[in-house]
Amino acid sequence: MTAIEKVKIARDPKRPHLKDFIDGIFAGFEELHGDRLANDDRALIGGFATLEGRSVLVLGHNKGATVEENMAANFGMANPDGYRKAMRLAKLAEKFHLPVITFVDTPGAYPGREAEERGQAEAIAKSLEFFARLKTPVVVVITGEGGSGGALAIAVGDRVLMMENAVYSVISPEGCAGILWRDGAKAPEAAEALKITAADLKKLGAIDEIVKEPAGGAQKNRALACKNVKKALLKALAELDGTDPDALIEARCEKFAKMGNFHK
Amino acid sequence: MAWFEFPKEKPAIPPAKALWAICPKCKSHFEKKTWKENNSICPKCNYHGRLSARERIAQIADEGSFTELFREVSYSDHLDFHDATGSYKSKIDATIAKSGETESIVAGTCEIGGHKAMLCVMDFSFMGGSLGTGTGERIARACRQAVEERRPLVIFSASGGARMHEGILSLMQMAKTSAAIAKLKEAGLPYISVLTDPTTGGVSASYAMLGDINITEPKALIGFAGRRVIENTIHQKLPDDFQSAEYLEKHGFIDKIVERSRLKGFIAKMLGLWGF
Repeated sequence: MTAIEKVKIARDPKRPHLKDFIDGIFAGFEELHGDRLANDDRALIGGFATLEGRSVLVLGHNKGATVEENMAANFGMANPDGYRKAMRLAKLAEKFHLPVITFVDTPGAYPGREAEERGQAEAIAKSLEFFARLKTPVVVVITGEGGSGGALAIAVGDRVLMMENAVYSVISPEGCAGILWRDGAKAPEAAEALKITAADLKKLGAIDEIVKEPAGGAQKNRALACKNVKKALLKALAELDGTDPDALIEARCEKFAKMGNFHK
Repeated sequence: MAWFEFPKEKPAIPPAKALWAICPKCKSHFEKKTWKENNSICPKCNYHGRLSARERIAQIADEGSFTELFREVSYSDHLDFHDATGSYKSKIDATIAKSGETESIVAGTCEIGGHKAMLCVMDFSFMGGSLGTGTGERIARACRQAVEERRPLVIFSASGGARMHEGILSLMQMAKTSAAIAKLKEAGLPYISVLTDPTTGGVSASYAMLGDINITEPKALIGFAGRRVIENTIHQKLPDDFQSAEYLEKHGFIDKIVERSRLKGFIAKMLGLWGF
């Protein structure tokens, strides 16, 4: 399958959404709202739930399943308020030594006037710094589109899992094609050149594990897709359980420090 | 013999752009000499124009105090990246040959007004100041050495964002540098971030916005998304001063706008006030 075909699958509206993963993997999810500063972002939501009986914090980009939900959720493009809410809730999870599980599926952080005025850059930067040093396990699942800084802001974790047909990139293929090819229609070439598929990213060391999808993609069998993600999550958490919090954050920072260090 | 003849060679008239500088903000024309003599600051509107990393270091570090580090850390073409105009490798090798720099940031130890510091300065003329793996690695190493030597960190940013030619690993430099800065701060060391024109995209959304104080120069462009991207998204014209230093200060994301002539003194003063 070509990279651009993967992009199409990753963006397929029939692909499981955050709500599907929450319903299919966790029990008793209670959403908590707001950043305590200005807003409640619907594009990035969070709440506590149980995973096989243990308490966890779930955070994730929310694209919405219907047109109305898409609009309300800004198609999963978070505002600064979303990242600030994520940090607030993750701090709470840390306080109670609960793992944080994030689901990444966003075209990118929202490029809007208010987003800039409320500090989109600052919110993402703070989030990167914050999750790097959060003293509780963080497991990330890239489920659909991992769009640049808006994705990375909730993707700094001890384990980064990626679904087989998800994509994760520094820039969208269209954006890259527009700049480097001066033609947005060259997105297929850009997608190939950028190396954005799960297999490529595993080779580059940017992700830890690929989660298998049902034949034809997660949209063909959401229940099975959830089951696979759940299994991978439980495995990741089992590996992290019992790690001293200081050792945990040192290992996490070390993992990212190695990325792109080609100079011994 | 004809009563006129074409001159065999055209007289050497220098092209206009060799003589004139145009302020990118107010579009006023100046002799290049005037622009340079005014330290690349627009005499009319006070826009603080771009400096090379070397020019900046000369203005900030005490004379003879700067020792460059990590020069061997350079770009990586791990994707063997090619676009419509050719290969990343040939493009960046040409930039290296022309500029004499080996990455978009120059790092080193120095003293600033007698205060020891770790100084990193980005150069916008090097691949648009883009954040590549070499750039991120230099910053991470600078942070680690600053912690070992108890040096405050000062980074001058000037960048269009992450370097897409290096794919996902360029994105990961945002996480890596932010983590390195978090550790430096935990060690009780100060970090002064100077966001110069322009600081956008993945650089503004990582280390540039993480200063214990974030300062900038008059009229610098600072933002996350590009103006055109935003205008196309919201279908509205944005105000002229959108994403300017002044606009960011008004919205609370910049501690202070400092004139270039005062910048070194201001950094030294803050380091002194904080006991460094």
